[in-house]
Amino acid sequence: MIPGSFSYHRPTTLVDAVKLLWTLGDEARPLAGGHSLVPMMKLRLATPEHLVDLHGIADLKGIRRDGSKVLIGAMTTQHDLLASDEVARSIPILHEAALLIADPQVRYRGTVGGNVANGDPGNDMPALMMTLGATYRLEGPDGGREVAAADYYQGAYFTAIEPGELLASISIPVPPAGHGFAYEKLKRKVGDYATAAAAVVLTMSGGKVATCTIGLTNLSETPLLADAAAKEVIGTGLDAATLKKAAAAAEAIMAPAADARGPIEYRKHVGGIMVTRALQRAAANAA
Amino acid sequence: MNDMTPTREQRTAALEGMGCKRKRVEDIRFTQGKGNYVDDVKLPGMLHGDFVRSPHPHARVKSIDDSEALKVPGVLAVITAETLKTVNLAWMPTLAGDVQMVLADGKVLFQNQEVAFVVATDRYAADDGINKVKVEYEPLPPLVDPFKSMDPNAPVLREDLAGKTSGAHGPRKHHNHIFEWTVGDKELTDAAFNKAEVTIKEMISYHRTHPSPLETCQCVCSFDKIKGELTIWGTFQAPHVIRTVVALIAKLPEQKIHVIAPDIGGGFGNKVGAYPGYICAAVASIVTGKPVKWVEDRIENLTATSFARDYHMTTEIAATKEGKVTGLRVHVLADHGAFDACADPSKWPAGFFNIVTGSYDFPTAHLAVDGVYTNKAPGGVAYRCSFRVTEAAYCIERAMDILAQKLGMDPAELRLKNFIKPEQFPYHSALGWEYDSGDYGTAMRKAMETVKYAELRKEQEQMRAAFKRGETREIMGIGVSFFTEIVGAGPSKNCDILGIAMFDSCEIRMHPTGAGIARMGTKSQGQGHETTWAQIIATEIGIPADNIMVEEGNTDTAPYGLGTYGSRSTPVAGAAIAMAARKIRAKAQMIAAYKLEVHEDDLEWDIDGFRVKGLPGKFMSMKDICWAAYNSVPPGMEPGLEAVSYYDPPNMTYPFGAYICVMTIDVDTGVYKVRRFYALDDCGTRINPMIIEGQVHGGLTEAFAIAMGQEIRYDAEGNVVTGSFMDFFMPTAVETPHWETDFTVTPSPHHPIGAKGVGESPNVGGVPAFSNAVNDAFSFLGSTHIQMPHDFWRNWAAAKSLGVFASA
Repeated sequence: MIPGSFSYHRPTTLVDAVKLLWTLGDEARPLAGGHSLVPMMKLRLATPEHLVDLHGIADLKGIRRDGSKVLIGAMTTQHDLLASDEVARSIPILHEAALLIADPQVRYRGTVGGNVANGDPGNDMPALMMTLGATYRLEGPDGGREVAAADYYQGAYFTAIEPGELLASISIPVPPAGHGFAYEKLKRKVGDYATAAAAVVLTMSGGKVATCTIGLTNLSETPLLADAAAKEVIGTGLDAATLKKAAAAAEAIMAPAADARGPIEYRKHVGGIMVTRALQRAAANAA
Repeated sequence: MNDMTPTREQRTAALEGMGCKRKRVEDIRFTQGKGNYVDDVKLPGMLHGDFVRSPHPHARVKSIDDSEALKVPGVLAVITAETLKTVNLAWMPTLAGDVQMVLADGKVLFQNQEVAFVVATDRYAADDGINKVKVEYEPLPPLVDPFKSMDPNAPVLREDLAGKTSGAHGPRKHHNHIFEWTVGDKELTDAAFNKAEVTIKEMISYHRTHPSPLETCQCVCSFDKIKGELTIWGTFQAPHVIRTVVALIAKLPEQKIHVIAPDIGGGFGNKVGAYPGYICAAVASIVTGKPVKWVEDRIENLTATSFARDYHMTTEIAATKEGKVTGLRVHVLADHGAFDACADPSKWPAGFFNIVTGSYDFPTAHLAVDGVYTNKAPGGVAYRCSFRVTEAAYCIERAMDILAQKLGMDPAELRLKNFIKPEQFPYHSALGWEYDSGDYGTAMRKAMETVKYAELRKEQEQMRAAFKRGETREIMGIGVSFFTEIVGAGPSKNCDILGIAMFDSCEIRMHPTGAGIARMGTKSQGQGHETTWAQIIATEIGIPADNIMVEEGNTDTAPYGLGTYGSRSTPVAGAAIAMAARKIRAKAQMIAAYKLEVHEDDLEWDIDGFRVKGLPGKFMSMKDICWAAYNSVPPGMEPGLEAVSYYDPPNMTYPFGAYICVMTIDVDTGVYKVRRFYALDDCGTRINPMIIEGQVHGGLTEAFAIAMGQEIRYDAEGNVVTGSFMDFFMPTAVETPHWETDFTVTPSPHHPIGAKGVGESPNVGGVPAFSNAVNDAFSFLGSTHIQMPHDFWRNWAAAKSLGVFASA
């Protein structure tokens, strides 16, 4: 549990950070909250020669409304997210989910960017970003580009990010007023990753589901969008038979690993239950 | 009458003696981060050691190449078994009469076993060095399942024992067999079963888990070549035993070994044994002439230093149709891992597991325990329990529920029917113990009344009916547990560690101004001895507890003692403290008689001093007697006021309690909710009710963890898969239920202040209460026994196997 030696860099601008990462190449890793990287370094599963600490870059922090979107700087902490009136008002599901991330100590340090960027299937924010239709702003040596959250995740710890690129901010379209939302997360204890979790954002019209998006956390190598399950519920009043079909459709795309949280069959089973419960609760709190 | 004269109540209160909810004096430093732990020990020139560990559970070590490691800047030495052989320390004796490799000698026998010790100028360099040591292994087939350990073709684990047909505890049946221990009358028991009207039989497993104290095991060893003295600061629950062990195995004169246990961040049995880290750090210090620190990380602690439990108990009860028990038969398969490093009194290979008759009047019983080797970490410590008592309590409390189910009786009613009755004490159990005191029925009934047991059963009935009608997916369980502990090891007639009788000790030295220092052979790891020990003295000699400084853990100054574990401190050292205090008071009485110019017999003790009988005004306070002890003692008497007592207890003490757990389980997810947990403890005389309550809260939290998910698990290839707090269940305050505590008081008749132990009762009684609640919840669906731990997915699996999803 003792890391190897490394050089430490603390740039103060995004340009410098990108330049450092590009110049130092594969041996450099950006450091945000460190909750994933530092334990890996302690186990020497990661042995970067250079750490580029992003805490000195003021531009990477903050939450602001930009028309119909909310922009979140990559170095915004989960605590900042929870403290934001804008998030609580316009994207309440993020507020709800952030509260389910570990404990206050972790949330003071852990960043939204770190949570979404490194492709850990256990993290909560990636599935939420997919559900909300967020895009990521990646800055690189050749300038910036936007990547949809849904296109970002390719495998466990394997993402669309290219060498030298850095996640700078997240842009989230504000869901319509009166939308229903829920993030149902089953976990063994505070601080644990989800055994299974489901995010639902939907709108209701005349007692029936008008639009619906369902995201799944830690039920595959990457976060998932359960499109077929969402299709099942659109136009319905979420009767028992529909919920059952939706859960089955969601379970069909789940491919969790067997671990201490339970065997595959259990994790898929409770994954289906999380989808059902999230749908019911989202419908109940929709206007 | 002067208004300022304090009343008797005020004088008593001023002492903060026994029965007072005195605030813990040690917390002043702990809560401000001012404790002094082993890792706080920093000595000039200190080096750091760390281990190369085996990735294989079973392998031959072909070669160890340290040449690249020695090139790492800061790395000074790499110690291997070959190095240790030059000082005859490649193997060390265990507390259980076995031997254990200090560093891999030809083979490794469990994953993360210590292979080489890298010594460097700092911790980082040591770990850099570890990564450069090249070890060539030839993997061997691992033996993981204890039930396969004695198969004829099972791999040979302990080649060092080849040809040895007997071990420290008698004959060995197989190359992986350690011992068989039998107690009780087999013929009589078999006869009881032959004519029994009702019998039950169940294989009840208590899975492997780990004490996991907040602070891991660690030490700093400093050898002074000029004086030839070795000083060891370490996380030791029994510092004097460590000193003697070091003297015996390192062949150093015992007076030249100084063992210091500073503040300790929890032990729970994990810090009783001797570990390779201690030996390697000591040898490294002797070799380099510099102090050497060794600090375990969390993964090392969970995977290499002492596990607990791993008992597989095939349990049978014989009974009449009316529910009167007539016999108990238990066979235990005990998985000891690669070396038998159980921390039990030497003559007790399965600890005090023969307390397995519990709180019930079994006319006959028979117990056999087979200990076996597997490719797992050694240990088998008493994790917050007296030796193997948690296993025994779980075994009998689960079995009584199974019997109740078979008889169609309420489990509480079955218990009430079979309790040892108050008039039967002292009670001689069928497996050889003499229970000192108890009033089980009163405790059980008080628990049932408090939780409104009958109403809970009615509610459960309604909920079950609703479940069957499909109106709810929740099931409700009521877990009843009535445990009898056996603590206070122990009487020299049956308890020793490596030949040293398990007494304990206290030395009290009073200063002229009415203050004093007291030292004991015990060692607090969070139990609050600095607070409670002073309270005993305060009541016994009438000096305020605040004026008594309690010091433990330094073998140069403390009297010899066997340490703190197995809830032995209050039963043994607590008695020594009272006895030493009474010697002080006896001398004080002579001084007071001299000063008050009366005969000693004309004096009577009155809270904080002596009074002349019939003359209320003629009084000498203990404070004044302390002063007089240093300037005007009676002619012929030595000045000063101090005493030492070494207490060899005449018997164990037998705390008991009634616990009730109310739980609901969502069958769809397996998620449980503990609705209520009520714990009634009877630990005899209560020294500090607040500390008792804290102990009960802590023990229940650990019991909750163990029953509901905490385990050390190995996969089929022998890899340990629960090596960090990510996987090893350590509940936080959020998961931990609310605890309700209560008590009755049945003093121990043989203990000077009537006190029994308490720290471990909640773990002993808590685990069966949780497990019985889960089992009770599922019982109406047709199950008789579901193995622990009862984590979410296993609850779901139980529901599934009982057909709950059949129609879904």
